Amino acid sequence: MRVRRLAAWTALPLAVTLGLVACGSGGDGGSGESDPNAAVRIEIAEPQHLVPTDTNETSGSQVLSALFSPLVDYDEAHKPYEVAAESITSEDNTTWTVKLKDGYTFHNGEAVTADNYIDAWNYGAYAPNGQNSSFFFEKIAGYDDLQGENPSARTLSGLAKVDDLTFTVTLSQPYSEFKSMLGYTAFYPLPKAAFSAPGELTEEYEQAPIGQGPFKMKGTWQHDAKVEVERYEAYPGEQPKVAGVEFRIYQQLTAAYADVLSDNLDVIKTIPTENLSTAAVDLGDRFQQSPASALHFLSFPTFQEEFSDPDVRKAISMAIDRDEITTSIFKDSQQPARSFVSPVVAGYRENTIGAAGEFDPDRAKALYQAAGGPSKITLSYNGDGGHKDWIDATCNQLKANLGVDCVGNAEPKFADLLTKVKAKQPVGLFRLGWVMDYPSMENYLAPLFSSNGSSNYYGYRNAEFDRLLAEGISAPSEEEAIQKYQAAEDLLAEDLPVVPLRYGQNNFGHSTKVKNVEMDVFDRINLLQIEAVK
Amino acid sequence: MFRFIVRRLLQMIVAFFGTTLIVYALMFAGQGDPIQALAGERPVTEAQRAYLTEKYHLDATGVGGFFYRYFDYLSNLLRGDLGESLTGRSIGDILAAAWPVTIKLALIAIAVAVIFGVTAGVLAGIRRASIFDNATLLLTLLVLGIPTIVLAPLAQYYLGVRWQLFPPTAGADPDFYALLLPGIVLGSLSLATALRLTRTSVAENLRADYVRTARSKGLPRRRVVSVHVLRNSLIPVITFLGVELGNLMSGAIITEGVFNIPGVGFNLFRGIRTEDGPLVVGIVSVLVVVYLVANLVVDILYAVLDPRIRYE
Repeated sequence: MRVRRLAAWTALPLAVTLGLVACGSGGDGGSGESDPNAAVRIEIAEPQHLVPTDTNETSGSQVLSALFSPLVDYDEAHKPYEVAAESITSEDNTTWTVKLKDGYTFHNGEAVTADNYIDAWNYGAYAPNGQNSSFFFEKIAGYDDLQGENPSARTLSGLAKVDDLTFTVTLSQPYSEFKSMLGYTAFYPLPKAAFSAPGELTEEYEQAPIGQGPFKMKGTWQHDAKVEVERYEAYPGEQPKVAGVEFRIYQQLTAAYADVLSDNLDVIKTIPTENLSTAAVDLGDRFQQSPASALHFLSFPTFQEEFSDPDVRKAISMAIDRDEITTSIFKDSQQPARSFVSPVVAGYRENTIGAAGEFDPDRAKALYQAAGGPSKITLSYNGDGGHKDWIDATCNQLKANLGVDCVGNAEPKFADLLTKVKAKQPVGLFRLGWVMDYPSMENYLAPLFSSNGSSNYYGYRNAEFDRLLAEGISAPSEEEAIQKYQAAEDLLAEDLPVVPLRYGQNNFGHSTKVKNVEMDVFDRINLLQIEAVK
Repeated sequence: MFRFIVRRLLQMIVAFFGTTLIVYALMFAGQGDPIQALAGERPVTEAQRAYLTEKYHLDATGVGGFFYRYFDYLSNLLRGDLGESLTGRSIGDILAAAWPVTIKLALIAIAVAVIFGVTAGVLAGIRRASIFDNATLLLTLLVLGIPTIVLAPLAQYYLGVRWQLFPPTAGADPDFYALLLPGIVLGSLSLATALRLTRTSVAENLRADYVRTARSKGLPRRRVVSVHVLRNSLIPVITFLGVELGNLMSGAIITEGVFNIPGVGFNLFRGIRTEDGPLVVGIVSVLVVVYLVANLVVDILYAVLDPRIRYE
C-alpha cells in the first residue's frame, strides 16, 4: 500500500524536479552597465564560414572585418585609399606592386609579410579547396591553371614576392581598378599558423581565426550563439573606440529587434520588414538608413520576339511608378532606381535611363501600342524572397497604364527561377537583384550586361557596349575608365535590357548605449567608429 | 515487464530505420538546388558547385542515386557519424550544442503544464460548475485559440520589451529566468490541454463506484481525492504529457525562433530553409528516438499507475 501510494505521486512531480535540477543555474543575467571602454553587441546571423576566401555573406564578413585590416578602404567618394598597404601602384595596369605597411602583426605575434598574402590568395584560388570567394582571383594571371578537378598548378603564377613587405600581382589582362577590388574580405592575409602544410588550412583555424586587424578573437566561435572579439593592443593602425565586440547570432531579425528596443543588444543591421513602419517611432533618431549596393530590376527576355523592340521595354518602364511602390510597399526602406549602377560606386550618375524612368502613363501607352507590345505580360519571381507584394503592385500598374493583362508567376525558390531563365523558358519578365563584390561600375556592367557576362540571363548583346566596357577595363587611369563605363551605361539606357527599379538600402538601428553607428559599402558596421556611451 | 521492454526496444529499431528512410526520401524528393539555396541569390561559381556536389554526392540522382546516398548515410550513422551539414559543420556537434537548451526549455514547459495545468484541473474537477471551473474553461479556450506564432511575439513585446519583466530573448546560454518566459509560452498550450483533460477525468472519477465505496468506508476526503481519484484520473494526462514532451522537444521551432534560443527547433528550421538535407535528416532521426523513448516511458508508467495493465 505504502509503496503504491508513493509511486502514484512520483509519476507526477518527476518532471517538475527534473526541470528544477536542470535549470537551477540561477542568475545574474542582467545587461550590465557600460562605460567608455565597454564592449558593444552587434547582431549577425550564423556565419557560413570564417575563412577570408570562403566568406562572401555579410555576417561572416562583418566578423572578419574586426579581425582583419584590409589593404584598402573607401573614402566618401568611394575611391580606395590604403590601410594595411603602404602603396598599391601600377605602370601598366597589368603588373601591380603592393607595398605593405611595416609594423603589422598577427594576433599570435607573427609579423605580416608578403608571403601571408600570397599564401592566402593561392589557397583561395585553388579550386579543390572549394572556397566561396575564389572568383575574386580570376583576374590574376594563372587563375585558370588552378581550376578543374585536378588543377595543373597549386599557386597563381601572377603572384610574386619581391621582399618581405612587397609583392607584385600580375593580371591576365590590364585592369585599371584592381586597387578597388582589394578592400573585400577575400583579399585578407593568412598567418603561417593557419596552415598545417603548404596550401592546407588547419581545421581549428576557422573556429578562432587569427588576423592582423584591430580586434582579436576572445575564445572561439560559439556556433549559433556568438563570436566575441577584443581590442588588439599591438594593432598599429587607427585604434577602435570600444574594448571589444560581441557578435550575437540571431536566426530571426524580429528577436534582435526586440532586444535593441530593450537595450539588450546594441546594433541591428537590418530592421525586420514587419517593423519598418514603426521603426522611426520606436527608435527615433536611432533608426538609420544608408545606401547599399543592391540593385533590383526587372529583366526582359530580349531573345524573345515580343520583347526585342526597345520601345516596348521603354513603354513598360514608363508605365511603372517606382516612387509609389517604394513608398507604399517598401515604406521607403529602398530607393527608386533610374540608373544601372548603385550610388555607392564611383562614376554613378543619377537618372541615366532618362525619359524611360519618368512615370508617364499616357506616353507609355501610346509608345506601347505603336511598338506593338504583347497583350499579356507575365512577371516571374521567386516565391521565397518576399517579392509578391511589389510584383503584384507592378502588375496592377501595367494593367491600368498599358491596358494589358498582367499576372505574377511565383517560382518556389530562386534556384528554380534561375534554372528556367537559364534554359530560356518563356517566363516573361523576371526579377533579379545584384549586390556588388567590389565598388566599381565594372562590377555591375560586366557580369550583368556584357555578352558573356556571368549573370546576363536576358540574352543582351551589344558589340559596342562590350567594346566600351573592355576599353574601360584596360584604360590607363581610373578616371578614363569611368568615362568609358559611363558611355557604356548610356548605351544600356538606349537599349534598356532591364528596367532598374530600386536601390537597396541599409535600414539599421541601435540601442541607447552606443553612438556613431555607421554602415560601410559592404553592409558592415564600421567597427573603428562605433562608440559605447555612459 | 522485462520481456515487454525488450520487445518494445526491438520495435523501436525497426521504427527508427523506417522513419529515417521516409524522411531521407522526402528530403531527397523535395530537394531543389541546395547549393543555390546556400548561396542565397549570389551567383555560385563552378568550382564551388563542383566541390559541394562531389563532397555530398549531390550528383547521385534517381532511384539508384537515392539508395546509394541513403546507404552511405546509414553506414555512417551506424558508426555514430551523423555526417556534416552543407556548411561543413559536424551534425553531431550541432546537436550536442542544441540539445541541452531545448531539453531545459521543454522541461520548463512541462513543469508549467503540470504545476498549473494539473493542479487547476483537479480543483476545477472537484468544484465542477463553480466560478473557478468556468473561469478556467474560458481561459483555456482562449489559450487554445491563440497559436504560438501570435502568442510568442505578443508575450515578448509586452512582457519583455514594454514592461521589461523578462529578458526579451534568451540567447545561447540562458539562465533559468531567461528561459522562463519562452517556457511558459511553449507550455501554455500543453497547460490548457492538460487542464481540460484532468478536469474531465477527475469529474468523471468522482462519480465512480469505487469513490462512493471509499467514502462510505469513512475515508477522509483528502485521501479519497489524492489516492483514489487522482491516481486513476492521471492515466490520460500522463499519456498526453509523455507524448507532449516529445512534441515540445521537436516542435519549439516558433518559440525558439522568437526568443532566439539556438536549440533543436532553431536548427531544424534553418536546415529546412537552406535545404540542408543531412542536417534535417540528422535532427529528425534523433527526434524519432526521443519520441519512441517518451512513448515507452509512458507505457511503463501506465503499469505503475494501473496495476490491471500488465504487459506480457
